Amino acid sequence: MSLLALEQLDVRHGQLQAVRGISLAVREGETLALVGANGAGKTTLLRAVAGAHRPAAGRVLLDGADITAVPAHRRVALGIALVPEGRRLFAGMTVEENLRVARANGRPGAWSVERVLEVFPMLRARFKAKAGSLSGGEQQATAIGRALVANPRVLLLDEVSLGLAPVAVERVYQCLEAVIAGGATVVLVEQDLARALRVATRVACMLEGSVVLEGAAADVTREQVTEAYFGLGRGQPA
Amino acid sequence: MIWLNQVIQGVMLGGYYALIACGLSFMFGVMRIINLAHGDLAILAAFLVWAIVDRSGMSPFLALALVLPLMGALGWLMQRAMLERSLRSGVLVPLLTTFGLAIVIQNLLFLQFGADTRSLAPAIGDLAFESWSIGSRIYIGHLAGLTFLVAVLMLGALQLLLTHTPLGRSIRAIAEDPDTAELVGIDSRRVYAAAAAIAVMTVAVGGTFLAMRATFGPYAGPAQLIFAFEAVVIGGLGSMWGTLAGGIVLGVAQNLGAQIAPNGFLIAGHAVFLLVLGARLARQRLKGTP
Repeated sequence: MSLLALEQLDVRHGQLQAVRGISLAVREGETLALVGANGAGKTTLLRAVAGAHRPAAGRVLLDGADITAVPAHRRVALGIALVPEGRRLFAGMTVEENLRVARANGRPGAWSVERVLEVFPMLRARFKAKAGSLSGGEQQATAIGRALVANPRVLLLDEVSLGLAPVAVERVYQCLEAVIAGGATVVLVEQDLARALRVATRVACMLEGSVVLEGAAADVTREQVTEAYFGLGRGQPA
Repeated sequence: MIWLNQVIQGVMLGGYYALIACGLSFMFGVMRIINLAHGDLAILAAFLVWAIVDRSGMSPFLALALVLPLMGALGWLMQRAMLERSLRSGVLVPLLTTFGLAIVIQNLLFLQFGADTRSLAPAIGDLAFESWSIGSRIYIGHLAGLTFLVAVLMLGALQLLLTHTPLGRSIRAIAEDPDTAELVGIDSRRVYAAAAAIAVMTVAVGGTFLAMRATFGPYAGPAQLIFAFEAVVIGGLGSMWGTLAGGIVLGVAQNLGAQIAPNGFLIAGHAVFLLVLGARLARQRLKGTP
């Protein structure tokens, strides 16, 4: 059975329908990469899974249980954690406080503040520093750590490489791959196609709110994804 | 010597303002709500304490201990039943809601207790008038000293709560980014209600000290709100120690103003408030941030 399942999910921003009837399933231990152009609805989809947006129609299932109506803060305790786009740290609070405030509301489990420091050693020196004063890479590490300390069953990562220097991206991904290798279930949004295909076990390409291509990361080619990404195969002008 | 005395008395007065203001500062810092019923909640607490003391003859401090949980529950209810709904409609609506609440409280108090002014001073014996002398010319009233001490303790406790407890961390997280706070598992409705309960409990302490140092009537709330608000603005938002500093600046300015001219008390206080506000706005404009 799949750990996370979306059934015919519709999400709207007022008049705009950002996600149109998407059905997806993620099995335990799987890493699903969502790719697609800006505005394809990837962020909205992740936020709907995390509970930040209430879907207009459809269902979100976690381990078979319908959580569509469960508010965001209770989904954390059920095992869904989102690393939001743009990191969204509590800038006036220290790294330690950012981690502790998330730990206090998370599930019990193997991830602790100390373990986050082991996985992201660059945070150790900045532990007592205000999150707002960190470099982009350090902030991203804190944001991922803040999600991990909640011991999620499903970790949602939204554009963790956005706005980071290439070196910082490399370092963050090294740590992430260690987390994924440890058996985590991950849904990630990533602009860098090559990186997404390397990290993920499965790929879903979104276009204008729908999934237009889905498959095992090993099976889909770069060309197929590129075609789906721009909607080239649809035979009609965009 | 007279100037030194005025400064010292001003500092003591500032402690009282900080005591009244800390609930306002706490609520403004966390929920971005300017609670216009703040002064009236203080008067409500004063009347409750007075009613208990009047009927039973117990010490006002004991009566305050009884009133505190009641005011906490009232704060919780106020948040859950009124402010939570009005917050969803933007910044202006809570302002109007608390303004309406202020009028309701004033008139309910008038209905219940009439227009007589009351005071708790007769109930606290020589605490109301005894003083310590420093040198031969300067006296500090026991009550003024106690008020200042309680203000420092209460603001310190709130500051500790904010920095060192899980609830405090949740409060600060929500104050910074409510949307993300929900995503890390914080139940903002519960935290808001807890913060409102704490704020209204501090208001009860302030109201009781007001009742011990002066007289009060059903319509005395708005005057308290003005000084509390000025202390919060002068001290800057979000910092408990800033509120104490703001109260002291206001108290010292008022006392020095009164020393210069008999009617300078209010003028000097308001002038300092406007100066600080003007300086803040000017600095923001220079920085280019709205």
